[in-house]
Amino acid sequence: MSKTGSLAMQPGVRKMMAGSALLFVAFLAAWQWGPGLFGIPAFIIPPVSLVWEQFLHMMAHDHLLFHTGITAMQVGVGFVLGVLLGILCGFALGMSPSAEFVLSPYILALQIAPKVAFAPLFIIWFGYTVYPKILVCVLIVFFPVMINVLGAVRALDPDIVRLARSFTANRLQVFWKIEFPAALPPLFAGLRIAATLAVIGVLVGELVGGNIGLGYMLAFAEGAGDTAAVFVTIIMLTLIGIALYGIVVAIEGRVLHYLPARARLAT
Amino acid sequence: MAATTRLEFRDVTKRFANPRQGGFVVAVEGVSLAIADGEVVSLIGPSGCGKSTLLNMGSGLDPASSGEVRVDGELVTKPNKHVAFMLQKDLLLPWRTIVENVELGQEIQRVAGGERRKRALDLLAKCRLPDFAHHYPHQLSGGMRQRAALARTLAVDPTVLLMDEPFSALDAQTKMVLQQDLGRTLADTGKTALLITHDLVEAVAMSDRILVMSQRPGRIIEEIVVEISDRDNPMRRRQHPKVATYIVQLMNLLQIEQAAA
Ligand SMILES: Nc1ncnc2c1ncn2[C@@H]1O[C@H](COP(=O)(O)OP(=O)(O)OP(=O)(O)O)[C@@H](O)[C@H]1O
Ligand SMILES: [Mg+2]
Repeated sequence: MSKTGSLAMQPGVRKMMAGSALLFVAFLAAWQWGPGLFGIPAFIIPPVSLVWEQFLHMMAHDHLLFHTGITAMQVGVGFVLGVLLGILCGFALGMSPSAEFVLSPYILALQIAPKVAFAPLFIIWFGYTVYPKILVCVLIVFFPVMINVLGAVRALDPDIVRLARSFTANRLQVFWKIEFPAALPPLFAGLRIAATLAVIGVLVGELVGGNIGLGYMLAFAEGAGDTAAVFVTIIMLTLIGIALYGIVVAIEGRVLHYLPARARLAT
Repeated sequence: MAATTRLEFRDVTKRFANPRQGGFVVAVEGVSLAIADGEVVSLIGPSGCGKSTLLNMGSGLDPASSGEVRVDGELVTKPNKHVAFMLQKDLLLPWRTIVENVELGQEIQRVAGGERRKRALDLLAKCRLPDFAHHYPHQLSGGMRQRAALARTLAVDPTVLLMDEPFSALDAQTKMVLQQDLGRTLADTGKTALLITHDLVEAVAMSDRILVMSQRPGRIIEEIVVEISDRDNPMRRRQHPKVATYIVQLMNLLQIEQAAA
């Protein structure tokens, strides 16, 4: 099914991959020697070698892997819960125009409200546990997913539903055979956005309170003026985000394989 | 042999609530018609006269405001397995391959998997699409997609086919080829069909009878029996010298010349 195998064979693609590898090396070199060239001290921008050393140090002495794992776990749980909730509400509101009409001002208000501002509130409610972080993540992930599913249900051609009904489809069949698969492409567009936001939700929760997770490490490194440790934490956070995004894209490729190539988003 | 009546409308009226101006829009009024087993009947009339409305009531998707619709003598209150419809849009599902699309109706009606696939492939062969069974709809041309839609309609083995301008989105040549396919298939399988069209030649070439409707509120103002042989061969039929006579008659009924003047 997948066309990635044949894609890797093409000479043009191989050239592009070589190009981006070269660029990465150049980037590392610039990071290593660039700041020194401009007289920027290491406590402002530490060279890459120093960040690497700091990374090894934190792995050995500061339980970096443990804190990364905690943050990743919260991101994962928050993401999955937020997505499920978003899908559920998206379909429910999409199928009931009256419910959407009644609820839309509240949804809009909640959507506009900066979700990370809820972090202190959740910490007051749940204390320095994982729950406030997961909750902020759920809240932030929820909206792009719900909005996209809602839009997809609305945009569905009613004649397709009528066709299914003319074949004597019941409500459940209409949902599983028509509405659900029709909503998948917009759902995945929403998941991509949600994947990039999920880490922010957890991080803000961790920054506000607690003594575990990368957010805590980040706050701690800032207090100690340890720029290299700040860099390490930022990189770890980014890697979590990339991993989540990668998973979404991989699943999307499998699920939406039927889409013509031009309709699929470039990764 | 008295042919049994397959589809029957008895004094059917359809009103739509008109929320803007209040009151009602009467789409069709007092329509009675009967289509016998194996008959192909075309329905023509000015735009907005309620043709699609009639068809929707026939499929059981929308209820009549008054009067009754019967299929095989049974009152139609909801969609049933004996009636299938086909629209101008192919309505193929982009996430299903062509053969999976053809199976949609059978799947909904819980026909067993093996039988379903066999029937679908059979029909795709009849509709001259066997090589495209495992393609996705976006890989097919408009004419091919409409063929697939026809196969999907036939797959549930309906006794009555309701078709709402099925070929009006196609180019003239493709249309003639598909009319030929449909004409032959309908004759071969002995299916009953109600065909809505704006194409007067199509109406004459395809059908046993033509029903002409008036402006809204739509009523049936004339019934024309097409007395040309070879109903299973629309291509030959449209070359028949009598066609022009029927066209003139239809143009007069629809007041097309007056409208243009
Ligand atoms: N759901 C609806 N609500 C209100 N009015 C409707 C509705 N459906 C149809 N109508 C009205 O009923 C009338 C008949 O519509 P219908 O679609 O049956 O026409 P038609 O003969 O199929 O036209 P065309 O040839 O253009 O397809 C139109 O005036 C239309 O505005
Ligand atoms: Mg119509």
